[in-house]
Amino acid sequence: MATISLPERITKSYRLQQTIKRIYCYFVLALLAFLCIFPLWTLMVNMTRNNGQIQSGFSWWFGSDFLANMKKCFNDTHLPVQTALLNSFAVSLSTSILSCYFSCLTAFVFNIYTFKGKKFFFTAIMLIMMIPTQVSALGFVQMMRAINATNLLWPLVIPSICSPIVFFYINQYMESILPFELIEAARVDGCSEIGIFHRIVIPIMKPALAVQFIFTFVGSWNNYFIPALLIDKSGKMTLPLVIASVKASDPSTFDLGKVYCLVGVSIIPLVLVYLVFSRFILRGMTEGAVKG
Amino acid sequence: MDRLSQRKQGSHIHYGKWAYIFLVPFILAFFLFQFIPLFQTLYYSFFTYYDDMLSPTVGPTWSGLDNFKYIFTSSTLRPISFLGLSFGSVKFPDFWYYLINTILIWLIGFIPQILISLQLAIWFTDIKLNLKFQKIWKTVIYMPNLIMAAAFGMLFLMIFARNGPVMATLVDWKWLTNPIDVGNTQIGTRLIIAFLDFLMWFGNTTILLMAGVMGIDNSIFESALLDGASSRTIFHKITMPLLKPIFIYVVITSMIGGIQLFDVAQIFTQQTGGPSASSYTLMMWLYNLISNKENYGEAGALSFVMFVITAVLSVTVYKIIHPRINPAKDEALSRKKRIREYKDSPFTQAELANKTSLSENGVK
Repeated sequence: MATISLPERITKSYRLQQTIKRIYCYFVLALLAFLCIFPLWTLMVNMTRNNGQIQSGFSWWFGSDFLANMKKCFNDTHLPVQTALLNSFAVSLSTSILSCYFSCLTAFVFNIYTFKGKKFFFTAIMLIMMIPTQVSALGFVQMMRAINATNLLWPLVIPSICSPIVFFYINQYMESILPFELIEAARVDGCSEIGIFHRIVIPIMKPALAVQFIFTFVGSWNNYFIPALLIDKSGKMTLPLVIASVKASDPSTFDLGKVYCLVGVSIIPLVLVYLVFSRFILRGMTEGAVKG
Repeated sequence: MDRLSQRKQGSHIHYGKWAYIFLVPFILAFFLFQFIPLFQTLYYSFFTYYDDMLSPTVGPTWSGLDNFKYIFTSSTLRPISFLGLSFGSVKFPDFWYYLINTILIWLIGFIPQILISLQLAIWFTDIKLNLKFQKIWKTVIYMPNLIMAAAFGMLFLMIFARNGPVMATLVDWKWLTNPIDVGNTQIGTRLIIAFLDFLMWFGNTTILLMAGVMGIDNSIFESALLDGASSRTIFHKITMPLLKPIFIYVVITSMIGGIQLFDVAQIFTQQTGGPSASSYTLMMWLYNLISNKENYGEAGALSFVMFVITAVLSVTVYKIIHPRINPAKDEALSRKKRIREYKDSPFTQAELANKTSLSENGVK
């Protein structure tokens, strides 16, 4: 960006004014950053303190009961944390793989082929994107109840084959990057159509797929509404359901150290992943947050 | 260009069938898991249809608009209180009560969110101000957006508990003599849920608005500066008018999100909706109708209403982002023209700006 020379403006008082404004900005930013970090800090501190310590007051620094809390959290008979962690991981992983793979395949179709109804299909997908899943949740739950598919994990995974938002993002990226000549060359060399997709398109699309993988993983990991309607058996619960099953009024299950650990197990892995990949995530965010 | 399009046309003859084959999984999943459920939801809203604990399923029998009548007329006695003073109670329709709750919580969270985000977006993009460590600030303020809302709700339930850290600190600082049970006050519950909403989304909004500001042609700002415009004038006469599409987009998408408020409220109030259901949202009602009452007719009617609300909002969004997603002109326009159109759309500008801002961070 070009800098503008405005000599009359760059006086001492002007500079002072700017410095004061800058200090004010940093102060506000620090305050907001504090608001963002404070809950997480409290979480981490309280994961390491026992119930009595947490009940008796607040501390800025760690205690020594982390392992004991974790043990209590994972061995609790009321809270199936262990299975929930595995379930959540399995569901999120397969959801993100499915949605990325099939969205990429669909984007491939729209970018490479000309076929009848292309315009219709594209507009249809754009419209689906606007319908929140909660609105059709009732019909979905009813359908799953009718075929006895409640308390199973696959109903949380399979519908993600159709993820219009992921498709939309990947399609945008593919439009700007995929060279048609490469596809032609592969065809001339005798590559099959699905082979072209696997060997050429997917490797080229890796950056976009990675961003969407993270977003869908997070979305699925945090998903609460649909699982809450479909699952009530403790063996099939995902983490949000376990958190929802904690009753603050029941002192027998409400050991605070344990509950903090449960919350920590649900939050901290993703925060760590986020901090490692924050650059990609922030870059992909503007485009990924179309649905808001 | 000509040869390319010829080849493309040629490919259409040989390869078109693959398009349909590859589309099958996506379309099939859509029909099975979205279209049919949506249709069913709307269809059963005109039927009496529920699961009774004692008898087998009742219905479906056609009942016209009865379910809608129920949704709009069912009412409950609600106590009226203001600033701790009680003024008796009044029969209030549930739908409007829950809608007001939902909108109120959304507004309490959204007004500071949009104001702060706008201010941050302007600061981050201000050349003269030249804030350092932008990457770190952005990383931190965006972080809450990725946190599981349910876990966040539980965490805040504990943090704002009577014996939680916040009350302890306030008592320590002598701002309070006795800790308050915030979760037991109407205004407290609403404020905390709204605050959580604010915390989770203000980073996201900041980055979106920032991208919007950076998409504005820099020379406009420069000439305004040369003409001696104050930063206030620049904001009102240049930044805001040019930012308007993205600003509206942010407001409406947030509205769509706000109307669906569920996770945080559900967990924070332990599924009760807070004192006298003051934080009971429309989605919580829907959840209750499906999960506990198992009344598919009434739940369908409520879904229908929500569908209409979101559809109206969504169409507005669609209209705003339309230039960006226009496949209709796919064949009609040459590729070059399409690219130019894509590049000129304010959203692409915003995206591009965001990309460069992140890669060239600090270089001003």
